[in-house]
Amino acid sequence: MEFEPKIVSFLCNWCSYTGADLAGTSRMKYAFNIRIIRVMCSGRVDPTFVLESFRKGADGVLICGCHPGDCHYHEGNYKCLRRYHVLKKYLSQMGIEPGRLHLEWISASEGRQFAQLADSFTEKIRALGPCSVKKVVETLT
Amino acid sequence: MAVYWGAACGGCCVSVLDVHEKLFDVVANADLVFWPIALDTKYEDVEEMEDKSIDITLYNGAVRNSENEHMAKVLRQKSKILVAYGSCAHMGGIPGLANFSTHEEILDKVYIRNTSTENKENVIPQVEFEVKEGKLHLPKFYNDVRTLDQTVDVDYYMPGCPPQTERLLEVFTAIVEGKELPPKGAVIGAYDKSQCEECTRKKSEKKQVKQFFRPFEVEDDGETCFLEQGIICLGPATRGGCGYRCIKGNAPCRGCYGPPPDVIDPGAKMMSAVATMIDANTPEEIERITSQIVDPAGTFYRFSLPGSILRRKVASKQ
Repeated sequence: MEFEPKIVSFLCNWCSYTGADLAGTSRMKYAFNIRIIRVMCSGRVDPTFVLESFRKGADGVLICGCHPGDCHYHEGNYKCLRRYHVLKKYLSQMGIEPGRLHLEWISASEGRQFAQLADSFTEKIRALGPCSVKKVVETLT
Repeated sequence: MAVYWGAACGGCCVSVLDVHEKLFDVVANADLVFWPIALDTKYEDVEEMEDKSIDITLYNGAVRNSENEHMAKVLRQKSKILVAYGSCAHMGGIPGLANFSTHEEILDKVYIRNTSTENKENVIPQVEFEVKEGKLHLPKFYNDVRTLDQTVDVDYYMPGCPPQTERLLEVFTAIVEGKELPPKGAVIGAYDKSQCEECTRKKSEKKQVKQFFRPFEVEDDGETCFLEQGIICLGPATRGGCGYRCIKGNAPCRGCYGPPPDVIDPGAKMMSAVATMIDANTPEEIERITSQIVDPAGTFYRFSLPGSILRRKVASKQ
């Protein structure tokens, strides 16, 4: 059977979720691999959420927030950006390809960009193959 | 009462010895039936004890090989209360850092590639070895380090590397006096609040740094919050209870007391806290500052790798 990546994505309520909604209401087609979780702000995405996603079987994690300067809470997206950089370093030390985690700014009007991102990120994860974290944790001796 | 060491350095057992003359109070109230550092009770003697005949066992050390695992299971069976004593039993501790490597890598490094090792025949430890007197056995060395509660059911956790002797005495006295015990699964001998609540260093509201330093790169003024000086201190993601001894000794907290209540992964919380302090908004500048954090995995998970969400390093793409 062909590998279908499982991708967890955290979208901020104010821009990115609305952007994804626009993609839906505009009837744009995009990869079904993306599972969307709405959060109030990309700054709410605790590194714990990302690690838990991988542990529970995600092959990729996508975080989307408002463009720089546009955050509903002024600087939540900057906090997210800083955590993203630290987290990527940690993931690569743990043997997880840093490319499995991606951060992108999507505004409320960028439905098309969201659909394209969903497709391109899914293809990227498909090329990387399944993430082994869940399997490894389940078979620890 | 019993005290046992799994994959440990011995420091936890010494922290029990550090009760000094209070040891007489301990032995007046409790019969020490098994304690490898101080008594000559054999494993067979423990195996022959009746189930639940030990009131309380302090198990320190991680579970790293078949011997540690066997004794964890035996002591669970023989004890009414099993306490994961110290960072290693609680979250994996320093031996848990072995989860960055595989078991083959470790044996290869220690017995073959080490520059000061001469081992022409590439001899590595075997579980069984035949000599003319008979068969010799060694415990099986596992690939993964586990915490005690990843091996057997645990009643209480007492964190610290090692746990502070004062906290141990408080717990011990409470048990002897017949006080009501906390609910199963509780962390005992530590506070619910973080180190920062206790720490008396000067803190300001604005924690923002343009550069991270390693402790030796900066002349600490002895007064200002380590984080505000750009030195990574794990205080915000670590329970209080140790009396912030390291900080009092002008060394940043390294997180041995484990996370405060409701935190699943102490390293993730610390990454979150440290990252928000970075005083930059462009990816390039953030990347520059982040690169000054040497070894984030080892720093944020120094005592907690096996007990963390990811538990160990995975092999990159097979």
